Amino acid sequence: MYRYDEIDHRIVRERVEQFRDQTRRYLAGELSEDEFRPLRLMNGLYVQRHAPMLRVAIPYGHLSSVQLRKLAGIARTYDRGYGHLTTRQNIQFNWPELSRVPDILAELAEVEMHAIQTSGNCVRNTTTDAFAGVAADELIDPRAYCEIIRQWSTLHPEFAFLPRKFKIAVSGSVQDRAASQVHDVGLHVVRNEAGEVGFKVIVGGGLGRTPMVGEVVKAFLPTRHLLTYLDAVLRVYNRFGRRDNKYKARIKILVKAMTVEAFAAKVEDEWTHLKDGPATLRDEDVAHYASFFTAPAYDVLPANPVEFAARLAEDAAFSRWVARNTREHRQPGYRSVVLSLKKTGVPPGDITAEQMEAAADWADRFGYGELRVAHEQNLILPDVRERDLFELWQLAKAQGFATPNIGLLTDIICCPGGDFCSLANARSIPVAEAIQRTFDDLDYLFDLGDIDCNFSGCMNACGHHHIGNIGILGVDKNGEEWYQITLGGSQGSHTTIGKVIGPSFAQADVPVAFQKIMSVFVEQRLQGEPFIDTVRRIGLDPFKERVYAKHH
Amino acid sequence: MRSIIKQGQVVADSWSVLRPDEEGVWPAVADDVDVIVPLSMWLSDKAAWQERAGKTGVWLAPDDDPAALAGQLTGLPLIAVDFPAFTDGRGYSIGRLLRERYGYQGELRALGDVWSDLLHYLWQVGFDAFEIKDGKGIDSALNGYHTFTERYQATHREPVPLFRRRVTLV
Repeated sequence: MYRYDEIDHRIVRERVEQFRDQTRRYLAGELSEDEFRPLRLMNGLYVQRHAPMLRVAIPYGHLSSVQLRKLAGIARTYDRGYGHLTTRQNIQFNWPELSRVPDILAELAEVEMHAIQTSGNCVRNTTTDAFAGVAADELIDPRAYCEIIRQWSTLHPEFAFLPRKFKIAVSGSVQDRAASQVHDVGLHVVRNEAGEVGFKVIVGGGLGRTPMVGEVVKAFLPTRHLLTYLDAVLRVYNRFGRRDNKYKARIKILVKAMTVEAFAAKVEDEWTHLKDGPATLRDEDVAHYASFFTAPAYDVLPANPVEFAARLAEDAAFSRWVARNTREHRQPGYRSVVLSLKKTGVPPGDITAEQMEAAADWADRFGYGELRVAHEQNLILPDVRERDLFELWQLAKAQGFATPNIGLLTDIICCPGGDFCSLANARSIPVAEAIQRTFDDLDYLFDLGDIDCNFSGCMNACGHHHIGNIGILGVDKNGEEWYQITLGGSQGSHTTIGKVIGPSFAQADVPVAFQKIMSVFVEQRLQGEPFIDTVRRIGLDPFKERVYAKHH
Repeated sequence: MRSIIKQGQVVADSWSVLRPDEEGVWPAVADDVDVIVPLSMWLSDKAAWQERAGKTGVWLAPDDDPAALAGQLTGLPLIAVDFPAFTDGRGYSIGRLLRERYGYQGELRALGDVWSDLLHYLWQVGFDAFEIKDGKGIDSALNGYHTFTERYQATHREPVPLFRRRVTLV
């Protein structure tokens, strides 16, 4: 993974000192609330229901075991012993004291971490496929480009005060696992017919109040032009994006208003002035960053070793966990393991300090000291030998990390909701738990198969409800919490925005509605058909009829 | 006479900024004062402004297009960009365009909601004079220059981005 040099260290240290001074001046009354707010947001600090919330960047989801131990230490020392993994591969602490935040940042800086631009109207953490570098279906490793973008976007002097937040996701595999089509900019690393590496540039995707799938503004951008082109996109957005209404300020609204053709032309015009300028990447520059992401010294191993195959055959629970919670690796004899943070009764994405330390130890012991955070809010050990999986599974079970539900209905993507977030209209955690309890029969859950269930406590859509096969949105009706259900959304290469099935539900009725939806699915599905395919095939009506049927 | 920050120092400043009063009426401008006028006023009667005894500069609002000044920057002693709110970042792009695309070399001044925490970024994109907002310490604002000793991007002050310098150093 990328390692800081002296300059990276210095920039982060200087940012910590700048923020320490800003916090001091705010507490001393030298900075007003209105002045401090954008400054603290740009450093990931929200003021929430109970306390400030600090969002720490995990660049493109990459973590070392050393960093994860530091996060555990911060959770213990400054918080209540846990953190929350977010849908943008970051981690949040819910209970720090404002005056101690600079100290947290100083501790993070020791392990090459920070909270720079994890919130605010600026370029946010760049995200990518959690299996980048190890996925069996990877075309081109996107991580060098992620780091190049991370550095370019960090404290960019021209783009510190954009109309609204700006999110970039990069994907380099056949299956887009980075939700790149619902980002302000989605970049697909691709090869053109001549074999040259470059990017397909997608602009204007996003969820929130006005969900939209992004559109292609450039089918092939050669690698060397990455930063000058991004500068052009951001400049057009910075100058012409709406600033009069924050709900219409994302780049997607600008693209829509201009039409994608006119927007692309405007960017092209801007770009002609920047193209081939000093920010053009040379081969040696890309090689420098790529040198941090070489494969570890894998053992040469047979795939499916005998002892692993035997365990699979004799232990159904282990076999189930392997089927759901591990992924194919491009190196024979290895797998990537997804540690589930979706255990029933625990808020989705929450992770205790003890779990962090255990996972860090496993990363060292079974892998190469690295972990990943998935945007689905689970933790990943990217490189585990198949022969070690049985032992790891037992350890993971003991830590509450081994619920075999990855990709299943109970692997709910969920924002913190009204229990923590001051923006939320409704609580999400207890409703997610009620759904998990309703589907706690593992055989039934397994039989239902792959279902993305995404849950947001408000329109801001942090839980990506629009692109869940089943989405839930918390809404406020005269001060009461209600829940709207959408069906048919999907992420990935065929990103689709789900459709609302009808009037919203009271909290207690949500699991009932889910049961009805699943019963329609089970009745209607063709053999082996995934839920999303059934929904696409039969449409929403059969589900609506069942869910809203009058009782007789 | 007010003080501003210019080229890294607090200096006395003779320029006044022409803005409409509360009723929207534009005050008269004496012939011998140095005044910064809005872009539209400048464009509508450039010759008259240039013939005055006092010097005339131009200020741009965030939604003004700096391209309107392309090709007529020589001889302009001062261009200012207004930041009605510090969170309105359009002026940063205007600064870079004036410096990098249109080749403006004279004084580039930031006006409005401008204070210490913003100086570093403003300096990087090409501003070299800062009218610090009333109530914000001008001396302490000087610290804003030195917040960061290095940066990743290509900027007006450091046209070679860090990634190039890094690889060249190796």
